Amino acid sequence: MSSFWIIVCLILGFIITFQIAKASEYVAILRGEERTRKENNRINAFMLLAFLVVGLVGVWYCNEKLKGKILGEAASNHGEKIDTMLYITLAITGVVFFITQILLFWFSYKYQEKSDRKAFFFPHNNKLEVIWTVVPAITLTILVGFGLYYWFQITGEAPKQAMVVEVTGKQFGWEFRYPGKDKKLGRKYYKEISEGIGNPLGQIWADKDNHDDIYVSQEAHIVVNKPIKFIIGSKDVIHDVGLAHFRMKMDAVPGIPTTMWFTPKFTTKEMREKYGPDFNYEISCDQMCGKGHFSMRGTIVVETQEEFDRWILSKKPQYLAAMEMQKSAPAVTTTDSTSVQTQATTSIQ
Amino acid sequence: MNNESTIHVHGAEIETHEIHHDGNGHPHHKETFITKYIFSQDHKTISKQFLITGIIWAIVGGLFSVLFRLQLGYPGQSFAILETFFGKWAEGGQIKPEFYYALVTMHGTVMVFFVLTGGLSGTFANLLIPLQIGARDMASPLMNMLSYWFFFLASMIMLSSLFVETGPASGGWTSYPPLSALGQASIGSKIGMDLWITSMAMFVVSSLLGNLNYIATILNMRTKGMSMTRLPLTIWSLFFTAILGVLSFPVLLSGFILLLFDRNLGTSFYLSDIFVNGQILPNEGGSPILYEHLFWFLGHPEVYIVILPAMGMVSEILSINSRKPIFGYMAMIGSLFAICILALLVWAHHMFVSGMNPFLGSFFVLLTLLIAIPSSIKVFNWLTTIWRGNIRFTPAMLFAIGFVSLFISGGLTGIWLGNATIDIHIHDTVFVVAHFHIVMGVSAFFGMFAGVYHWFPKMYGRFMNNTLGYIHFWITFIGAYLIFWPMHYEGLAGVPRRYLDRSIWTSFNQFGDLNKVITIVTIVVFAVQLMFVFNFFYSIWKGRKVRTLNPWSATTLEWTTPVNPGHGNWVGEIPEVHRWAYDYSKDGRDFIPQTEPVGANETTEH
Repeated sequence: MSSFWIIVCLILGFIITFQIAKASEYVAILRGEERTRKENNRINAFMLLAFLVVGLVGVWYCNEKLKGKILGEAASNHGEKIDTMLYITLAITGVVFFITQILLFWFSYKYQEKSDRKAFFFPHNNKLEVIWTVVPAITLTILVGFGLYYWFQITGEAPKQAMVVEVTGKQFGWEFRYPGKDKKLGRKYYKEISEGIGNPLGQIWADKDNHDDIYVSQEAHIVVNKPIKFIIGSKDVIHDVGLAHFRMKMDAVPGIPTTMWFTPKFTTKEMREKYGPDFNYEISCDQMCGKGHFSMRGTIVVETQEEFDRWILSKKPQYLAAMEMQKSAPAVTTTDSTSVQTQATTSIQ
Repeated sequence: MNNESTIHVHGAEIETHEIHHDGNGHPHHKETFITKYIFSQDHKTISKQFLITGIIWAIVGGLFSVLFRLQLGYPGQSFAILETFFGKWAEGGQIKPEFYYALVTMHGTVMVFFVLTGGLSGTFANLLIPLQIGARDMASPLMNMLSYWFFFLASMIMLSSLFVETGPASGGWTSYPPLSALGQASIGSKIGMDLWITSMAMFVVSSLLGNLNYIATILNMRTKGMSMTRLPLTIWSLFFTAILGVLSFPVLLSGFILLLFDRNLGTSFYLSDIFVNGQILPNEGGSPILYEHLFWFLGHPEVYIVILPAMGMVSEILSINSRKPIFGYMAMIGSLFAICILALLVWAHHMFVSGMNPFLGSFFVLLTLLIAIPSSIKVFNWLTTIWRGNIRFTPAMLFAIGFVSLFISGGLTGIWLGNATIDIHIHDTVFVVAHFHIVMGVSAFFGMFAGVYHWFPKMYGRFMNNTLGYIHFWITFIGAYLIFWPMHYEGLAGVPRRYLDRSIWTSFNQFGDLNKVITIVTIVVFAVQLMFVFNFFYSIWKGRKVRTLNPWSATTLEWTTPVNPGHGNWVGEIPEVHRWAYDYSKDGRDFIPQTEPVGANETTEH
């Protein structure tokens, strides 16, 4: 019903506006078109100035209202760099924004048509043009310099002692694999994937490195203040591992493993104390991946080394789970693993 | 350019024109309704065809955005109107996720290609090139006509895809594979996707036919005395737009053809290692990142294809209504040229976090931020153009000023996104949505509105209603900022694009009220656009008549034609040009038309 009234209101508003507009045209002819034109000119010039003032207040008001709702402190070492870069850019572009917008609207108001004013014939001025080519060029050099300095630090090699976790995206969820005691992820091949017999990632069981790998889904655990390296892949379409609080992001591409590393600074518990009990480190999918894209949510728990050790000990390697499932379901034919091994072209590590 | 050949060409043109006139009595020369209004080869009619098709598409694309804004502003609430419109796709009055994605995809495709490329370039290149360079028509009127009809065909195919049972394409306007390649991955990747690709292929054909024609016309058919450096900036911008289109659209087409092969012929250009919906696919060795490169090699120039014509028209309109020459004419051409070159070299800034080598990314950071230099030259030159002018605020002028304001706001956030370090955080968030809607969406629309208000008298011999024009400008301008400015904040909070319901997220659910406000403003702004459309059609028949040849006191050639020019544009000889297009307020005269010979006592500076 409400939508009906909205439509009625819109139509009524429209008819009224149109009648006024039509009438104003007749009035203009009655009063003399030139006079009406000049009056409109004054009104619009004033409106432009008013827009500038109200707009600047609006920018301030919007900032007051919303600044508390954007994410707070960055929760990783890389995040700090990204935030610094963001503030440098904000400062520079902010200055340019205010100067140019104020000039634009102020000039529009100040140089509105007046019968005694003559426009100034000013086709070019080399000095001015050189200034506003060189100044932006220098400013941008600074921005590029800072940007690349941070970019190479963030995307550079992960430290040797980094913990490695494999992340796999699928429609519509996240799966994780930990390398186990041997610190090596076993090889996998996508044609081995079989969710029914406990092999959701397509691990090749003939590879002994796989025997202690641990599989979990939807929730990953990592250790605070210890570098973490994610090896990212996808089973079906392109996804993206988006970690807003750590300020990190990397696509998950089928067939092409990608990586990302950072060092988390705060445990989930610490963040909850700061930002309320509902806080979670969430993994959002940031690359359109189908109808469940908006709900492709995973979580990361950041904890101390002891808590992490306790958690990982409670997990059983996926190999054992798979073997049990295969025993209980003997009817399922297993592929000849030796032939698969030779076929295996994709291997992690 | 060879002047002799021009004169020769024009000599021949005039002859045919006269024969045409003489032949008016003969039945086989008579213009029928069909040759005049449908399969017309007159560039002015073709331009109107592009514009009206573009307007219809803009209503469709805009309506889609209003409908999915309802979902974003009021997730979980049901609207009977949605079920009325969409039937099974919105059962119970709530848009289904798969259809939400179809709507976003269609909104993007329609707006970027059909409205802001076809509708904008198609309209103004066709209208202005022959009129402002002094030609009777395009180099090839037949190709020009075909360009429109391929556009029409593309439109029909795209429209039909809205009605197929599995729905239209829904993989985003970028249509990245494997999502767009596999029907198992998404319902929109079934027949809807094939129709989308076919339609886009037709669109590319249309665009190539048009663009080659524009280039040929500008290079070869300028009237006597119209050297390249006497051209109005509209023509320069349309020239660079056409060049960009010719160089980049074929690459897009090749990308689409490979996608079509992957979809239907079992090839593996983009597919590898895929386990989808419980099914193991045989494809190995392909790379989805290849598609991203091919797509963005057009996709990025495309945003300049959209914005350059708007820049050209805005330059022209600012100068005319300030009664001042455009400041730094040569610098304006130089910056257009620089933008045109750089536009082809920055595509991978859309791919900083795609898994592309970070070292490669660093080059694209550098090249991308370089674009800010020609862009800032343009902005400063526009500001200097209005400085110490004597400004007339016609609706066109207001939209031109609004364009500059929006271009500044949106351009500056481009410096954020182009820097890979910051892009890591705000890539694919609502920040990007805010950025590109302001800088290429709304501002290109503003350029288009400015153009329509300004050249409407030339198109139809009547004016549009001014009061409605002012209302249209103010509500659209204020609304655009209200809609997109706060979105930057959502983006900084990391809210991803294309999330139709944020309530399950603890990090992204804090903007409920804001989303409602944005939705309400969107509805109001959309209603005002409908008012513009009404004003447009009403004024075609009922608008105030144009009573002088040159209503804006402009210098350029289109205002030397009759109020309602026929096919051939000028009665008798085409005027000769003696000066550049920007002699406003020179030597104490309000304006000096391009056709006036340089006087003996005139100041020589330009």
